[in-house]
Amino acid sequence: MALGARRGQGGNGSSYLFLIPALLLYSAFVVYPLFTGLTYSFFSWKGTLRDSFAGLDNYAGLLSGAFLDQLLPALGHNALLFAGTMLVQNTLGLAFALALSRVRRGKRALQTMFALPYLVNPLVIGYLWTLLLSPAFGPVNALLKPLGLAMPWLGDPDTALPTVIVITTWQWVGFPMLLFSAALGGIPQEYAEAARTDGAGSWQVLWRITLPLLKPAMATVTILSFIGSMGTFALVYALGGSNGAPAGATDVLGLLFYRTAFASGDVNALGTSSALAVFMFTFIFGSTLLLERVLRRKT
Amino acid sequence: MRASIVKVLLWGYAAFSMTPLLVMLLSSFRPTSEIFDRPIGPPSGLGNYVKAWTEASFSTYVVNSALVVVGAVLLGAVVSLLAAYPLGRREFRGRGMFAAYFVSGMTLPAHLGVLPLFYLLEGMGLVDSLTGLVLVYAAGSVPFNVFVLTAFFRQLPHELDEAAALDGAGPFATFWHVMLPLVRPALATVVVFQFVPIWNDFFYPLVLMRDETKLTLPVGLTHFFGQFQNDWGTLFAGLVMTTIPLVVLFVLATRQIVAGLTAGMNR
Repeated sequence: MALGARRGQGGNGSSYLFLIPALLLYSAFVVYPLFTGLTYSFFSWKGTLRDSFAGLDNYAGLLSGAFLDQLLPALGHNALLFAGTMLVQNTLGLAFALALSRVRRGKRALQTMFALPYLVNPLVIGYLWTLLLSPAFGPVNALLKPLGLAMPWLGDPDTALPTVIVITTWQWVGFPMLLFSAALGGIPQEYAEAARTDGAGSWQVLWRITLPLLKPAMATVTILSFIGSMGTFALVYALGGSNGAPAGATDVLGLLFYRTAFASGDVNALGTSSALAVFMFTFIFGSTLLLERVLRRKT
Repeated sequence: MRASIVKVLLWGYAAFSMTPLLVMLLSSFRPTSEIFDRPIGPPSGLGNYVKAWTEASFSTYVVNSALVVVGAVLLGAVVSLLAAYPLGRREFRGRGMFAAYFVSGMTLPAHLGVLPLFYLLEGMGLVDSLTGLVLVYAAGSVPFNVFVLTAFFRQLPHELDEAAALDGAGPFATFWHVMLPLVRPALATVVVFQFVPIWNDFFYPLVLMRDETKLTLPVGLTHFFGQFQNDWGTLFAGLVMTTIPLVVLFVLATRQIVAGLTAGMNR
């Protein structure tokens, strides 16, 4: 032990040498930009030139009429995506995990097939579905036409967002499925057996034993889904472009930030978009903490 | 009876899950006119791939993407490996603070610093440069890499350093000859995990790259979709080419991916 302690002391200086490359790289290209971005939001800008200290003016600008008219719908669409993800994708993922826990043959193959779309680039997914759902030549509408169900899925503001939710589910359902499967694997068989000897039916075992024990996994899935839904960008960009077509029906915070920063033509674009970035971060981080508190509460 | 209904539903969903990808693959081998004629049909040749590769500059995009991914994953792995060694195995002042500094990056939304990052790179002459992208991705990979590698270093047996010290090895020799060979499995996890997000990343190149000859696949894909709008066969071929490297990686590294997924689960 004494030897170890002495050696540790002797190596003190070289320990820092080992750290230097990572410190430099990470500080310069991750930490510095994030904190500078925070300071950007407190100044008014003329193009790329810093003009004057603006206090909270940029933040007030986010809440002004014209901008708020974009911010609120975008935020609403993010929220609807989250709700849809929870309702459709995560419920399905849970159902699949429960069903798969009883399957013996072909379980691995099924899991792989469910999870495969999750490997594909969201941008590719977006473009692929644009083609598949195309009103003129897409195979989906060709299939649905005899049933009288052909529709411009992504072209109609009423169906565009639900379609995005279905596509997101198709891509990501394997993720909650794998998490719930792993959690199910960690529940001792004896619990269910004990309940059954006490006369519980399979529904009762599910409601009283299995689902309560899956709570921690549900919390994890909910929080990751929230972060994912709030940060969505590439998929909606591929499906509706940077304006969230049709008619802004798929506009989200990520697209709004991109437009404000790089395509607004506003002289104070740097100030406004930095304030928006800080707002997004605060909102997402704050909500995540809140979700953690509520979902992980011991009852 | 009930069990068989469940089975039918499961296999039905599996079909729903796979069909779009199969249609993509199949259509990439069919001329556009045939696709418009009948959405599903037999494959007939590699023409779309030749066209996407030569006319749509996929050759450029793929090479750029490969250079960026390999450069960033290597650089990120090397600097993180160096940092994780003292963090996981040596006593020094401020160790906990440094570890927290690195790992806090996992919760920070790095995308939000994109404007200052743009001006930083511009000042260094690294906008529109593959080197710039490599630096950005490598830096972004540091928090996760350091986290995983530090944990791995910590669980290697302590006798190793003691034996190396008795043999007169200094910290660098210990790192190089003793630690590096042992840490390989963790290094594989780190490489596999960084490859996918970097290969797929769309946001940074969208902001940082303008020059058509420097584009990586995702932004290249957006240009390509504008250009070849009505040439569906070529579009499908482009989509397949963007996807294939990940499928190959998945097949080669399933075990690492699954291990990594389950490792992050019980946090």
